[in-house]
Amino acid sequence: MTQAAAVEAVEASVPPYGLLVAGLSILVVILWCLSLAIGYAPLDLLQAVRDVVNGERTLAALVLTELRLPRALLGCFVGLSLGISGAAMQGLMRNPLAEPGIIGVSGAAAFGAVTIFYFGLAGALSLALPLGGIAGAAAATFLLYGLAGRGAGTMTLILAGVAINSFAGALTALALNLSPNPYAVTEIVFWLLGSLADRSLPYVWLVLPLMILGWGLLIASGPALDGLTLGEDTAQSLGFDLGRLRLQLIAGTALAVGAAVAVTGSIAFVGLVVPHLLRPLVAHRPGRLLLVSGLGGAALTLAADIAVRLLPIRPELKLGVVTAIIGAPFLFALIYRLREEE
Amino acid sequence: MEIEAKGIAVRFDAVALFEGVDLVMRAGEMVGLIGPNGSGKTTLLRVLANLRAPESGRVHYGGRTAAEIGRRELARRIAYLAQGGSVHWPMRVEALVALGRLPHRRPLQGLDAADRNAIEQAMTAADVASLRKRTMAQVSGGERMRVLLARSLAVDASVLLADEPIAALDPLHQLQVMELLRAIAGKGRSIIVVLHDLALAMRFCDRLVLLARGGILVEGPPAQVLTDAHLAEAYGVDVVRGERDGVPFVLPWTPSATSQGRAP
Repeated sequence: MTQAAAVEAVEASVPPYGLLVAGLSILVVILWCLSLAIGYAPLDLLQAVRDVVNGERTLAALVLTELRLPRALLGCFVGLSLGISGAAMQGLMRNPLAEPGIIGVSGAAAFGAVTIFYFGLAGALSLALPLGGIAGAAAATFLLYGLAGRGAGTMTLILAGVAINSFAGALTALALNLSPNPYAVTEIVFWLLGSLADRSLPYVWLVLPLMILGWGLLIASGPALDGLTLGEDTAQSLGFDLGRLRLQLIAGTALAVGAAVAVTGSIAFVGLVVPHLLRPLVAHRPGRLLLVSGLGGAALTLAADIAVRLLPIRPELKLGVVTAIIGAPFLFALIYRLREEE
Repeated sequence: MEIEAKGIAVRFDAVALFEGVDLVMRAGEMVGLIGPNGSGKTTLLRVLANLRAPESGRVHYGGRTAAEIGRRELARRIAYLAQGGSVHWPMRVEALVALGRLPHRRPLQGLDAADRNAIEQAMTAADVASLRKRTMAQVSGGERMRVLLARSLAVDASVLLADEPIAALDPLHQLQVMELLRAIAGKGRSIIVVLHDLALAMRFCDRLVLLARGGILVEGPPAQVLTDAHLAEAYGVDVVRGERDGVPFVLPWTPSATSQGRAP
């Protein structure tokens, strides 16, 4: 391909930003409706909606509000959180292999929830699990800042994240090791695999405010991430406070991803793969990638969760398992391509 | 805007890179910052750009400190062009140049007419307008430097601090960039440019600051700075001299006799 042809190809391949956001939003809405419509119990969706609106507590209405709605809402919000955080972390680290878990928050949130299982508190209080996860994420964030400090560079942050991840992993293993009975082990392991099934609406209302705050912090960092394309010195010379930017991104990711993991367990690869796939469509602009990647994350998570329910495999595959099985080969391909570029 | 630095010292682990550096930079002046590798040119430029706090000393911008002016306002007044030209994502040339307008933009606000005008002028000045639709992966090393120069020009700042802007350029573009910087200084802006090319430094700069041996060895008009004695002491080289159309030039020719085995 000649250079001129290559340039034309690049130009043709980038859709207008507004159109891309609108298109992805419509896709998310369609998948969200499908997620409501698809499930194990046969459900007349329109009738169920009518019943809910009329305040009638029919079986259809209960299936919709107790099973389908929380699942579809969480799929959307968790995917959005993972997608935005993944794009933000890749922008901050300036590395396409960064992902939301890199700062250790997701590992710690998972450990927080495991602790609840371990002490048998999961049944005692319905919101104990997500609260435990959120506490884990919060502890990890403070630990990260204790370890890395306000003036920390990106490399220190990554190392601190690795350390927190290993520690949370070790403690999770310890909980499994010392587990009082095999039932608790099974419960913990299945929870860790990551799933949207059997979560109730109060879970959604508990984590949604945290997620919204996280999304806001992350999306507001767009211009600074654009500036960071030119390196830390130039970003600083453009008027951005890098210490504040890191704090903002860590807090945003901790809120969004910590809350997500606290309710669903870990959903792998969405935060890694989605920003990478969509980056060319925003002409590699890190600021614009945030929202687009969030919508893409929501679409992918909803689609994978629909697939889990449509696949004729019982017991139902865990969502985290499916995303990992799809995501890992993609990672191989990505590494291969990065190697080619070197 | 006048920049005044007084008593600047930078140390790494208690070892001084330079000490007692005083520097005044006036509006409309083009100052060349020269010196051997490791003499602290980039570090001094970063101190002047408020990217690094000195271990001692202070910098005033138009009589005020950076804290008094504020981060964003300072970003509108001082454009900084980093050495080496790292670009982490293959953005399009036009979008990359537009990053220079970030200090002028409010949150959620797109580019306005003034922004677009500044971007166009910067791209034309740096001769990259024809590359606008390319991505940074599709430009050569020299083109990349010019795109980054255009990015710094798009800030439309009264001060430009440029760290080796011509290092990767062919002779024609070296001359064009130096002429461009000269023309910008002629419009009342101040420029400090880090250079290794002594001939171009001598020809285009109003004043040279020679950084060596832990401080400013000498500063002043190029002819007074680039003497045989100073060049032998700072760089350890002997030069040949010439003149074209009444303009003198120097060319490093041999390592000087005293430089054998010395570190810069």
